[in-house]
Amino acid sequence: MKKKFPVLLVGTGILLLTFFYGCGSSTPNGKNSVGLTFLGDPLGKLVEINQSMADEFEKKTGIKVKIEKGSENSTERLAQIQNFLSAKTSEIDIYQIDVIWPGMIGEHMIDLHEKIDEKVFFPAIIKNNTFQEKLIAAPFFADAGLLYYRADLLAKYGFTNPPDTWDELETMAKKIMEGERKDGNSSFWGYVFQGAAYEGLMCNALEWQTSEEIEGIFASQTSLNLTGDGSILAADRAASWVSIISPPGVTTYKEEESRNVWQSGNAAFMRNWPYAYTLGQNEGSLIKGKFDIARIPAGKARYAATLGGWQLGISQYSKHQKEAIEFVKFLTSTGAQKRRAIEGGYIPVSPEVYDDEEVIKARPYFRLLREIFTQVVSRPSVVIGKKYNEVSAAYYSQIHQTLSGQETASAAMSTAENRIKEIISR
Amino acid sequence: MIGKIISGNHLQRSQIKLAWVFLAPSLIALVVLGFYPLIRTFFLSFTDSTRGSVEAGNFIGLKNYLELFSKNEYWSSVFNTLLFTIGSVGLEFFLGLGFALLANSKFRARGYARAAMLIPWALPTVVAARMWGWMFNDVFGVINDLLVLKLGILSKPVAWTAQPVWAMISVILVDVWKTTPFVALILLAGLQQIPEELYEASQVDGANSFQKFFLITLPLLKPAIVVALIFRTLDAIRVFDVIWILTAGRFGTESIGTYNYRNLIDFSRLGFGSAISVTIFFIIAIFVVMYVKAIRIQDE
Repeated sequence: MKKKFPVLLVGTGILLLTFFYGCGSSTPNGKNSVGLTFLGDPLGKLVEINQSMADEFEKKTGIKVKIEKGSENSTERLAQIQNFLSAKTSEIDIYQIDVIWPGMIGEHMIDLHEKIDEKVFFPAIIKNNTFQEKLIAAPFFADAGLLYYRADLLAKYGFTNPPDTWDELETMAKKIMEGERKDGNSSFWGYVFQGAAYEGLMCNALEWQTSEEIEGIFASQTSLNLTGDGSILAADRAASWVSIISPPGVTTYKEEESRNVWQSGNAAFMRNWPYAYTLGQNEGSLIKGKFDIARIPAGKARYAATLGGWQLGISQYSKHQKEAIEFVKFLTSTGAQKRRAIEGGYIPVSPEVYDDEEVIKARPYFRLLREIFTQVVSRPSVVIGKKYNEVSAAYYSQIHQTLSGQETASAAMSTAENRIKEIISR
Repeated sequence: MIGKIISGNHLQRSQIKLAWVFLAPSLIALVVLGFYPLIRTFFLSFTDSTRGSVEAGNFIGLKNYLELFSKNEYWSSVFNTLLFTIGSVGLEFFLGLGFALLANSKFRARGYARAAMLIPWALPTVVAARMWGWMFNDVFGVINDLLVLKLGILSKPVAWTAQPVWAMISVILVDVWKTTPFVALILLAGLQQIPEELYEASQVDGANSFQKFFLITLPLLKPAIVVALIFRTLDAIRVFDVIWILTAGRFGTESIGTYNYRNLIDFSRLGFGSAISVTIFFIIAIFVVMYVKAIRIQDE
């Protein structure tokens, strides 16, 4: 019995701790001090940086910020946030929201227009976060589609620059692939991307079609332009890559599958997000020092890289909106952006941070990103609104039908356009 | 005499009361965790509720069901689910029976063999599916490596999870790999219930191995078989994780489960998704009734 006692004690202690931890959010400390709650990422360097910045903020202002960890999976996080918001809870003041959520949860957020200094951020991100003329979130950190290329192989096959257009990409990919296969690597491919039927395909296809369609796609609820010549051409071209310059399984690839093919040295080009850069340059990577990044190739219309990243929005059910705005300003200041960039590689949302020598020294590949953020394209969250996920799925399913050869591009795109109109009108 | 009966009744009555007291916690749990969500789902299926909306949903009658039944996507997901159920449960049953018989026979290191058999079952499905997903990969997957480079059976790698028929076969195979141990375990327990004397007696009567299997083992194993089949069928109809990870429901592998998730979670369509849930409930109910009948026939 005596031996069991400490175990019991520790057990009870843990139980009590979990209990208090769970209840903590409802009891702000002290009567005069305001407590804010921020629902953010659960993992990674960001949690650490957020915590240390919250401490700094408290020292400066006396406002305590409690950081809650949201679900790791973004679909689940959205469901979690939607549950909080439809319950109109005042428990959470600040939400970290995905770039595609403004249309879905924007109605619950306060307008930050004229409350934060919009001019310091990339206009494209501000536009992405403006829903029904309300600026519903401040840019936190960004992401954008990039073209990764094997600089060593380009040189080997006599190319001096990375491809500037999709046609050039095709030509280079074919030539390099033929050569490498002749040299004995039978599993070498020209180009890998995200072709599985999921949100990532929306990002890829948006780049293909926006770069070719002069009017742009998803311009408004009434002009989707999915059946325009440029859109069809782009979808057809992507379908022609499968099994020719891209592996047949690319229609099941998400980010990590494409990165695995790429990082094992089996692809000349890859479309991916910036995270793959650091991983590719890690010690032990087969392609360390052999690759570089470029912007996604252009079509007839323009350059287009899909915008990703996270924003900070303030719930209109928060009881401390003024303090929350102060904290959001603090977390999105250029100083904070600089710190996140250097310590964790989180991509700044203000152009001026890219001029900072320390940032560029720590993250040299950021140099290219500044220009890319002037050419980014937003997924149509604020255009579509609440039904964005459904519209996105209708779109990428049809793109996927085209990629996997089950449907011609023109048939699939008119199905997509009809379905999307049906969804919007329902 | 009369006094005895009365006190007997009294005793019975107080025992019944006590029984209710003891049953109360599980009954309450059943009502709160089982019936309430069920009834709420039924209710929601007649509304146009969406998740994360400020407005509450309106009652729209059977509109969700009419929309659902007019959709090809729904019927093909029902078909795929049944295909998956028949394929996976069938294979799992035959393989499971084989493994159970093997594990029941006496050989050296039987304990280790039984433990090893359970490993796939012990892995979380998501982990197993992810692992197989990498193995099926067309560029760096070990299965293509084996078939193309090592054995030379195929001339070039196949994207197993990226074409209609093979995608379903891959999904079924992964499920079979994962859950055969479970079937084997239940059948093994059943086998161990069969008294050794029956085999000894049949030995004396001169029965051969086939006769022993079909006339003794199989009939006496029936209760265990029915239990295994019920569990597996109900699980298979609700299949979600294997498919979600391996193919995300593409290439003819969309199940009712993944179709439901898409609408309920991805598209926030609480009302429409609930209607799908209700149909899953009824499909499962049909199977349960069938099996319960099968057990009854067996009892008679």
